[in-house]
Amino acid sequence: MGKQSIRVLLAKPGLDGHDRGAKFLARALRDAGMEVIYTGLHQKIPQIVVSALQEDVDVVGLSILSGSYLRLTEKFFAECKKRGLSDPLVLVGGTIAEDDYPKLKEMGVDGIFGVETDIDDIIKFIREHVQLER
Amino acid sequence: MINEEDIAREKKRWEKETLSRRPYKENAKALLTGVDVDVDVLYTPDDIKDIDYNKDIGFPGEYPFTRGVYPSMYRGRLWTMRQYAGFDTPEESNKRYKYLIEQGNMGLSVAFDLPTQMGYDSDNEDIEEEVGRVGVAISTLKDMEVLFDGIPLDKVTTSFTINGIAAIILAMYVAIGDRSGIPREKIGGTIQNDILKEYAARGTYLYPPKPSLRLVTDAIEYCMNEVPRFNPISISGGHYRSGGASLIQEASFTLSNAIAYVESVLERGIDIDRFAPRLSFLFVNHCNLFEEVAKYRAARRIWARIMKERFKAKDQKSMMFRVYSAGCGDVLTHAEPENNIIRLTLMTLAGVLGGVQSYFTPAYDEAYEIPTEKTALLGLRTQQIIAYESGVTNTVDPLGGSYYIEHLTNRIEDEITKYMKHLEEKGNMVDLVEQGYIQSEMARIAFEKTKKKMSGEEVVVGVNKFESSGKKEKIQIHQPDLEVLEKRRNDVKQVKQDRDNEKVQQCLKDLKSAAEGTENLMPYLLETVKAYGSVEEIVTTLKQVFGEFQEPSF
Repeated sequence: MGKQSIRVLLAKPGLDGHDRGAKFLARALRDAGMEVIYTGLHQKIPQIVVSALQEDVDVVGLSILSGSYLRLTEKFFAECKKRGLSDPLVLVGGTIAEDDYPKLKEMGVDGIFGVETDIDDIIKFIREHVQLER
Repeated sequence: MINEEDIAREKKRWEKETLSRRPYKENAKALLTGVDVDVDVLYTPDDIKDIDYNKDIGFPGEYPFTRGVYPSMYRGRLWTMRQYAGFDTPEESNKRYKYLIEQGNMGLSVAFDLPTQMGYDSDNEDIEEEVGRVGVAISTLKDMEVLFDGIPLDKVTTSFTINGIAAIILAMYVAIGDRSGIPREKIGGTIQNDILKEYAARGTYLYPPKPSLRLVTDAIEYCMNEVPRFNPISISGGHYRSGGASLIQEASFTLSNAIAYVESVLERGIDIDRFAPRLSFLFVNHCNLFEEVAKYRAARRIWARIMKERFKAKDQKSMMFRVYSAGCGDVLTHAEPENNIIRLTLMTLAGVLGGVQSYFTPAYDEAYEIPTEKTALLGLRTQQIIAYESGVTNTVDPLGGSYYIEHLTNRIEDEITKYMKHLEEKGNMVDLVEQGYIQSEMARIAFEKTKKKMSGEEVVVGVNKFESSGKKEKIQIHQPDLEVLEKRRNDVKQVKQDRDNEKVQQCLKDLKSAAEGTENLMPYLLETVKAYGSVEEIVTTLKQVFGEFQEPSF
């Protein structure tokens, strides 16, 4: 496809200000050779979907530490449908209750990474899945 | 009489003859500081020979306050044990406050939900998922009236963890005081109101740094003139630290921000001693007891010298580094959560030995669930056991005079001073957050630190060392109550319907034109909240004048 490296959009939807994890991941994924676009804090869902389309990313990572992941993820997929964004790998990270993993998967989330996740697991997951889809 | 030269010579001999017989770890670093501070295997009087006791350490309650800000410290009065919690609606919070007051608690603490902190009303559908989630929702003065219904504002003090809309919350508190006929000079409390740190940590900023600083300054000036018992700012380093900053950065960013606030007030021609006694600070602790203790001792000395030498303060109170302290959530682990009880005990002890004025011990299960009453109580018990059973409160600054502590205090003081100087050479703190410099400095250290944790270079027991195969506690997330959201929406809509809307519009118009000028905005905010103008209406109006902050790309 002419693309040299995996392109990732890391987004902070909602109002929480915890960006340490997202910033760490941005750096770590760059070190692993990926191209990372980080949205910054307080992004509205439509802004995130538009960025994903414009940047033609392979992966969208939603970092949510306010606990509002169910509603925000639901809104994200609704917006994707509306704007015709269908192919990226979707990851959700942050403080996520294990009991809600099936609900997120059902919505279409490909990978869920909670607190204290080993960074190499995320890198491995992205590499495996993005390559599979190409 | 101690002769340092003899001691230095003796130490060399001891190293050669005695120490060398036993293998030891050569390169212990004070890892948690984020700068490579070498730690010697042993400290002697030789390491502190340059200290002039009277000048550099002195006596508690006297300049430079190294040993403590009050003469008898905890022998006179224990630190304030302040616990922090939030409840979703003003009604629920009010019930909780009344219960606390019945228990003899006169210090209330308010946590707000994210929409309120970010300037949205509860009836805004864009933010519905966050209403009432991490604290109480306040949209108009009506909510504040419910929150403090039946609570004597002249007898309790309230601490508000609020920044972006701090001036609005202050206006509301003054308004309910006015309406219940309590003289303003009797109202006491604290707003966090430290906006500069929000741009690099915590994230609840609304406008660009410069107009935000103006609002902070307006609140400081207003309190000084109108509500003199109110602490208009709590300059906070804890959020940097929790976001991954080093101990040196925590102290350096905080003290540099404090300088920016002081200069901003001084620019209005106000005398330093009129407002500086009301400035207070917030730090958090990690488990490295001695580094944390040395940090508090160093910070007190640096602040005292800045106030006296740089700002020419004369009132001793202006030179006192009064600090609210807490255990750092960043240190708590999800794996084997009971280990956190031990960590929290060490952190609490560090605060107490460091001579702090108030302390918050979080609940050990905070990393994976909303603390229960039992785990929250354990936090308080930790403090009470240290206060009443450990004996560490019996004498002031009990670690003072330890060769290691005094050496480390000097060393940390040097590192903080050096880093502050580096920042000052780069620019003032307002410009530095605008350019994203502080953000990237912090992210750099946070990245290194996280790497160290992941590689095991920095040990986290039960996570990267001595891991047990035991299963983790399930993470539990408090899901919002749809009834609460519905009630909040209806309540706010009702207020907006019942109020005199023409008056609100006029107030907002006046606020806008005042914002375009240079006047203090507090009286305008007070008028607007009294007319039941909402948080979101005020913030939207001010954004029209001030603009919004676009985070520099990372």
